[in-house]
Amino acid sequence: MEHSKKNQAEMVKEISGSNPLRCMKCGKCSASCPAFEKMDIKPHQFVSYVINENIEELAKCESLWYCLSCFACVERCPRDVKPGKLVDAARQIAVRQKGGAYLVPDEIPEIVDEDLPQQLLVSAFRKFRR
Amino acid sequence: MKYSYYPGCTLRTKAKKLDDYARASAKALGFELEEIENWQCCGGVYPLSSDEIGSKLSSVRALNEAKEKNQELVTLCSACYHVVKRVNDDMRNVEDIRTRANNYMKLDEPYLGETNVLHFLEVLRDRIGFDELKKKVTNPLTGRKIGAYYGCLLLRPGKILGFDNPENPTIIEDFIRAIGSEPVVYPYRNECCGGYISLKAKDLAKTMCDNIMDSASGFGAEMLITACPLCQYNLTKNSKATIPVYYFTELLAEALGVKEEVDA
Repeated sequence: MEHSKKNQAEMVKEISGSNPLRCMKCGKCSASCPAFEKMDIKPHQFVSYVINENIEELAKCESLWYCLSCFACVERCPRDVKPGKLVDAARQIAVRQKGGAYLVPDEIPEIVDEDLPQQLLVSAFRKFRR
Repeated sequence: MKYSYYPGCTLRTKAKKLDDYARASAKALGFELEEIENWQCCGGVYPLSSDEIGSKLSSVRALNEAKEKNQELVTLCSACYHVVKRVNDDMRNVEDIRTRANNYMKLDEPYLGETNVLHFLEVLRDRIGFDELKKKVTNPLTGRKIGAYYGCLLLRPGKILGFDNPENPTIIEDFIRAIGSEPVVYPYRNECCGGYISLKAKDLAKTMCDNIMDSASGFGAEMLITACPLCQYNLTKNSKATIPVYYFTELLAEALGVKEEVDA
C-alpha cells in the first residue's frame, strides 16, 4: 500500500511536470481560482496533498470536475508550482480507472441545447473521460 | 501573402460566421488563408499530461503540413490556437514528446516545431499592422463602446503562448481603436468564462459569466467581442446580461465594408 501511494504521487509529479516542494503556501493560486467556492480541496491544499502522497483522496475529490485549467493559478504562482497541472494529473488518475468517467455519451441528449458549440463537447469529453 | 489556415471543428458548424467574416476580411486586407487539407479537430483542450501523445497528434499533422508548404499557420478559434501552439512548443522543446510523436508520425523528415503559429489577431497586429488596418477601414465603427473579452485560452500560459501580456493585454483594445471604436477596459476581461463546465455545472458557469458581464457593463461597455465560440456561447446563454457578444471578425468585416456580402 505504501509502495503504491508513493507510486501514485510520483506519477502525479511526473505527468504534471510539477515540483510541489517548491510551494511556499502564499495562497495566490486559491485567491485566483474562479471555481474556488465550488472546490472541496482548494488549489493550495491540493499541493499539500501531493506532498503528503495522499493521491487517493485527490482522485475522488469534487475539485477535479470544477477546475477548468484556465491557468490563472499557474500564471500567477510565484514559485512555478503549477497547481492546475497537479489537479489535471489527479484527474487523469481518476478517469483512467475503470468506471472513472465523469461524463458518458448517454447523458448528452438530456443536457445539450441547440446553440451549444462542438468545441464544448470535445473539450468536456477530453477532460472528463478516457 | 499566403498562410496555412486551421479552422477547427466549431468554425465549420456553430461558429461558421466567425470563419466567413474572417475569410472576407482577409481578402479585403490582401492576404489569403489556405485551408489545410484533411485537418482534424484539435480536441478543444490541450492534453496537459506529459504521457499523452496520441491526443497531440492532430496538431502535429497540421503543423507539419504548414511546414511542408513553408507557410505560417493561422488559427482563429482561441482553443485551436491554444492547443496547436502548446503542442508546437512541446515539439520544439520537450524531447520525450517530440521523439514519441515522431515515432507515431513516421514522416520523411521529423517535425521539430519549425512552423510558426499565429492567431488571426496576431496577423493583424504583427504582419499587417494596426496602423495599416486603420487605413483600410472604409466604414469606421465610430462611437461604439466595445469591451474586449480575452478569456483564458489566448493568454495563458503567457510564456508559451506569447500572445500578449497575460495580466494586462492590449491587442484587442488596439484592434478596437483601429476599426474606429472606443475600447472599454474592465477588470474581468481575462477571467475564464467557465468553458466546458457549463455542461455539468451550469450554476458555476453562470456565476462566472455574470461576473464578467457585470464588470464589462459596469465599466460602460455596450458590447463585447471575442475570438472564442465557447466564450461567445457561455457569455450569451449563461448570463443574465443584456449586452451582446460578437465575434471580432464580424466587426472587422463591417469596418472593412465586406459584412453585407457575407450576410447575403
